[in-house]
Amino acid sequence: MYNIIISGVGGQGILSIAFVIDQAALAEGLYFLQSEVHGMSQRGGAVESHLRLSETEIFSPLIPQGEADLILSVEPLEALRYFSFLKPEGTVISSRTPYVNIHDYPPLEEVFKEIKKVRESWLIEAGQLAKQAGSLRAENMVVLGAASRYLPLQEDNLKKFIRVLFQSNGEKVVETNLKAFDLGRQAAESQA
Amino acid sequence: MEKVVLLGDEAVALGAIHSGLTAAYSYPGTPASEIMEFLIRQSAGGKNFVAKWCVNEKVATEEALGVSFAGQRAMVSFKHVGLNVAADPFINAAITGANGGLVVVTADDPGFHSSQNEQDNRFYADFARVLCFEPSSHQEAYDQTREAFDLSEKFGLPVMIRLVTRLAHSRAPVVVREARGKNQDFKYGYGPDWTLLPANARRRYQDLLRRQKDLQAYAEECRFNEFSAADQGQRLGVVASGLAASYFREVANRLEAKPAFLKISTYPFPQKKLLELIDRVDEILVIEEGYPFIERFIRGVAGLPGKVIRGKMDGTLPASGELRPEIVARVLGLPVRNGVSLGDFKLPARPPQLCPGCPHSDTFKALNEALQGYERGNVFSDIGCYTLGALPPYRAIQSCVCMGASISMAKGGAEAGVYPSVAVIGDSTFAHSGITPLLDAVYSQTDMTVVILDNSTVAMTGAQPSFGTGEPLDKMLVGLGVSPEHIRVIIPLPRNHQLNVGIIKEELAYHGLSVIIARRECIQILGNK
Repeated sequence: MYNIIISGVGGQGILSIAFVIDQAALAEGLYFLQSEVHGMSQRGGAVESHLRLSETEIFSPLIPQGEADLILSVEPLEALRYFSFLKPEGTVISSRTPYVNIHDYPPLEEVFKEIKKVRESWLIEAGQLAKQAGSLRAENMVVLGAASRYLPLQEDNLKKFIRVLFQSNGEKVVETNLKAFDLGRQAAESQA
Repeated sequence: MEKVVLLGDEAVALGAIHSGLTAAYSYPGTPASEIMEFLIRQSAGGKNFVAKWCVNEKVATEEALGVSFAGQRAMVSFKHVGLNVAADPFINAAITGANGGLVVVTADDPGFHSSQNEQDNRFYADFARVLCFEPSSHQEAYDQTREAFDLSEKFGLPVMIRLVTRLAHSRAPVVVREARGKNQDFKYGYGPDWTLLPANARRRYQDLLRRQKDLQAYAEECRFNEFSAADQGQRLGVVASGLAASYFREVANRLEAKPAFLKISTYPFPQKKLLELIDRVDEILVIEEGYPFIERFIRGVAGLPGKVIRGKMDGTLPASGELRPEIVARVLGLPVRNGVSLGDFKLPARPPQLCPGCPHSDTFKALNEALQGYERGNVFSDIGCYTLGALPPYRAIQSCVCMGASISMAKGGAEAGVYPSVAVIGDSTFAHSGITPLLDAVYSQTDMTVVILDNSTVAMTGAQPSFGTGEPLDKMLVGLGVSPEHIRVIIPLPRNHQLNVGIIKEELAYHGLSVIIARRECIQILGNK
């Protein structure tokens, strides 16, 4: 069983990350169960997806407390929100780029300090890398790329479904998102 | 066999399509909206089957009933509180009976994710005396929907499917089977059965009562209700329904001795199987998502002498909120891992809020300013994105109860001496349930001000079409009898602020009924164009 929490703020493309991982898991013959948030919270609120991958049948759509292997967050403060789910030996991969739409957003350095208390944690310049890839909206794919070497899935399959996800938006959008994925992966590898 | 990745909502929708669906109807509401979203995408613009948003859940249910009368298969879906609106046709459809298969899907929202209550609609199925399925997985959501259509025709009754948020909004692969075609011929319902004059209704109700034993017999044998015996020496029995059964299964393999287990996914619940379990154990743990529906039946008034019953009613499980796997683990005495602690770090909440540039924010600013100086005023509001206007920085509204209640409550408030009595309601909510109370206010010439926030869509649930927007809305107001000089239109934009405050002030000061339309398109759909 490999348990992932994907987090961020409504509108940051949490469900796109989940789509790519789901489809790759299906292609590799894994079971998966993925819960997501629709409705009210999507309006600029905290959103999360619980995504579970396994070689055997999965029953609960929710990850039990303390049993997430990975928190994959498109926003640093949102990574912290789900720490009670994280195994002490688990991994955090988060964007460094804050999304500030609340008046009491803590000092960013304090947020980073908390994240770094987890031994296996990586902070990625997702905003900057997404811009470099061609679109600020591709932060989610930067973070997915950075997490890709931890996921029990083949890189080729993840990229295949990034292509599927964005193909209706045209080739340029597909290329931007694939590049964002690559830049994220490279950034994580250079930190490792 | 083909595997398709589906949301729980979509598994129900695809199950309906593969059951030979002729028509489906709905009103948007979380967590049910994705059922109709999926159906509309698959309907090829109505060529394959009819899939339509309706003005409200009551209308949707009656349209589905008309399809059933004509011998065709129909489905209606909505969030749990939608069934309150549709309760009248739902309860009475059990009396008329179904001709073509009629399936009613309710998506309950334990935990109040996007709702004003966490009512458990299994009570409605019991109340109407119809079959109800409660799937525990995506596969069951698909399989039970297919079964529901067949059973509806077999028993001649509507069948309910009860989903909960975590199933409706989670995604998993589902194995699908060969699709069945639509019912071939129109086969009209028998008129006297469908005409609920007291004499007919009495006869039909007797028939419904007689059929209860058939429903009970079906539930006893139903493959979705599974019983498994306990390991030697284990005196605990677990009764769990729907998704709760899946939470139990998630943790059960960690138990040293397996308890007796009855999974319930079909109601009326299987009494013989339940008695068999009770007979073999000393302690019964009931786990269910929502209210203690099964638990209450098991306890009765006197309990079970010599047995311990545990569940939501004795505080073993929380009486409110969603279940979680670790809650179920703890109750079974299993250890729960601690996650990573944040120590002293104060994590601020990030509640949902109106989008930057939202027209509602400009309306609320103008309304707040216009109301300054009044001491006995009140703003009654309604269900939609604008309910977020209750939160800072706006704090602009003082009520949200149910669809359309803003106008009726403002009328009641005005009649009790509230002045200015203001109702704030969205365009789609107005069409859903605001027209009739406004007619009431016109009739009484009540001294109140109704603000219709016309953003031309059902914004909160993902921009579904609105039935009460633009010019048709203006005409509707005139048609209802609102005095044309007191129907005012404002464009909620920062640059119009002073102008808008002035118009609102004039109408607040007017001692009669006024309607102000705050008209500007939702920023979300503007962005998607």
